[in-house]
Amino acid sequence: MNPLLSVRDLKVHFPVHGGLLMRRIAAVKAVDGVSLDILPGETLGLVGESGCGKSTLGKAIVRLNPITAGAVHFNGRDITRLSSGMLRPLRRDLQMIFQDPAESLNARHSVREILEEPFLIHGVGTAAERRQWIAGLLDRVGLPAASADRYPFEFSGGQRQRIGIARAIALKPKLIICDEPVSALDVSVQSQVVNLLLELQREMGLSYLFIAHDLAVVKHISDRVAVMYLGKIVELADSETIYHSPRHAYTKALLSAIPHPDPTREVRRMPLDGDVPSPINPPAGSAFGHRLGHPHYEETVGMDMRLVEIAPRHWVAADPCCLVEEDWQKVRGMMNSDVAVGK
Amino acid sequence: MSDGEVLLEVEELITAFDTDRGLIRAVDRVGFTVKRGRTLGIVGESGCGKSVTAMSIIRLLPQPAGRILQGRVMFKGRDLTKIPAKELRKVRGGEIGVIFQEPMTALNPVHRIGRQLSECFLLHKKMSRKEAWEASVEMLRLVRIPSPEMRMGDYPHQLSGGMRQRVVIAMALACRPDLVIADEPTTALDVTVQAQILDLMGRLREELGMALILITHDLGVIAENCDDVVVMYAGRVVEKAPVKELFARPLHAYTRGLLASIPRMDSAPKSVLPTIPGMVAGMADFVPGCRFCQRMERRGPTLRERPDFIEASPGHWVEACPICYAGKEENP
Repeated sequence: MNPLLSVRDLKVHFPVHGGLLMRRIAAVKAVDGVSLDILPGETLGLVGESGCGKSTLGKAIVRLNPITAGAVHFNGRDITRLSSGMLRPLRRDLQMIFQDPAESLNARHSVREILEEPFLIHGVGTAAERRQWIAGLLDRVGLPAASADRYPFEFSGGQRQRIGIARAIALKPKLIICDEPVSALDVSVQSQVVNLLLELQREMGLSYLFIAHDLAVVKHISDRVAVMYLGKIVELADSETIYHSPRHAYTKALLSAIPHPDPTREVRRMPLDGDVPSPINPPAGSAFGHRLGHPHYEETVGMDMRLVEIAPRHWVAADPCCLVEEDWQKVRGMMNSDVAVGK
Repeated sequence: MSDGEVLLEVEELITAFDTDRGLIRAVDRVGFTVKRGRTLGIVGESGCGKSVTAMSIIRLLPQPAGRILQGRVMFKGRDLTKIPAKELRKVRGGEIGVIFQEPMTALNPVHRIGRQLSECFLLHKKMSRKEAWEASVEMLRLVRIPSPEMRMGDYPHQLSGGMRQRVVIAMALACRPDLVIADEPTTALDVTVQAQILDLMGRLREELGMALILITHDLGVIAENCDDVVVMYAGRVVEKAPVKELFARPLHAYTRGLLASIPRMDSAPKSVLPTIPGMVAGMADFVPGCRFCQRMERRGPTLRERPDFIEASPGHWVEACPICYAGKEENP
């Protein structure tokens, strides 16, 4: 199956200005060489801590962030450099849901106006048809028909997210970038929205890029999961694999930090100090090895630490500081034989 | 005083807010006890009254709208709802430390860390500036902030979110309080930092022999960090029990629904999650009777009269609505 979305070596760097003349003095390497594929009907989860670049990546894919280097192919087309006019017809197929629907919905527009906008922009339907479609959308996301004439502030957080979802599915897209869509919701409402997203995917054959920091939610909704650290993907595998046999030290640390809702379970954490380092001046070698204070960190400076397929469908960064010895030997062997280059 | 002795007892607390729609009860006859050296978790969804309950204990309610209408908050023999403001200020920050969700709300952005931390000692302990400074460095070391002497000269914005929360914890613990109230202390932090902070708080609680009230919406945090749990729904306590008991034998329909609806690491991928239908009613619309029945859109007598709060088994209390409390039959 051909991927619906294909991202290759994507970089998003933001300039940092400073000094007397506000010259460009540095760059925030928010996304620094990311490659991934999303298949039709698939959910790829993207996890990592704040500042790792996951939201920046999501926005760059829909071209809401400038792309510094690399390529984004969507539905077989290179959309990396398309002008906004050329991009518009593609936006029908490529939508986004945000964390805080209160901020992404225009407070001065009624729900009807919010949901009608995509149809108007893309010039589809008569007024009567649009009316009918809006009623259908509201029903589909579980809101009463009377919601159409109300305003976003009249709704709870969960209902507002339903409005955001209705808007995103209005034009029957192929891919939706979901940026922390349930993070701000209460537990009981969160499960309602997760179920809705799963139902819509089954009915409409949607693909999702599901960005979140809650690993349990991501595991539940995703087919595959990518773990991001400091602008790079460090591990990517089927979600069961990521959770049951993680290879990268960062994935392991992240998993061990999750609190489990089971008081009889023994808490065993990987000791981990400090925070994510700054993407302005990232460590020159193994980024996570640096945080761990790994004794061999210095040897990784300047090293090629691309993703290698260590097991079928299981990719991990070739980082000697973050792999157990056995895995590292295997990865090194693969890199030398050049079997698994790229991705 | 020894472990197991009651340190704080909240009884029949009612806290209300003046609104356009009249006096609204955000906390409606809530009660629980905190024992010395133990951690009590208060869990519930937004608007359930968990933060208002905590803020009522130390009388930090939004003024002039919020007020305590009824109830007692007995702390070491005194009723905190009755003592004069001056005395209360000594309790707050002295005997009771407070940690909020967003460290920036607790820190003053224009003052250096050292000055803010020293202030706790200068206000509550009879210390000279030099002594207060040294004690502050010691506190930063205790919460494991690297190179504490240097950090004393930093402004809050120069620290990361996790480091800031450590400073707030240092401030809350500075005067060796008997009780710390932590309102969603790690919600704004990443999981790895959350784990560090919670482990740190647990360790310090043990070392310093404090009691802790941990308010959170995260049942995972409750399971791993608390001894006892209070489950709040719509301004009331619907269930309370020791943590293992609550997770093993939840008795109230709301607690059961909440526990079922969290995705777990071992749940089947992409399966339908159990949900609690509907949503919490607005505070102004709360019924006098069972509010979970209200959410379930049930009609009839359970909405009219408040269910009794009963001790279903030793130490395990539940709001015994005839529909929502399904205890006895299923748990012999």
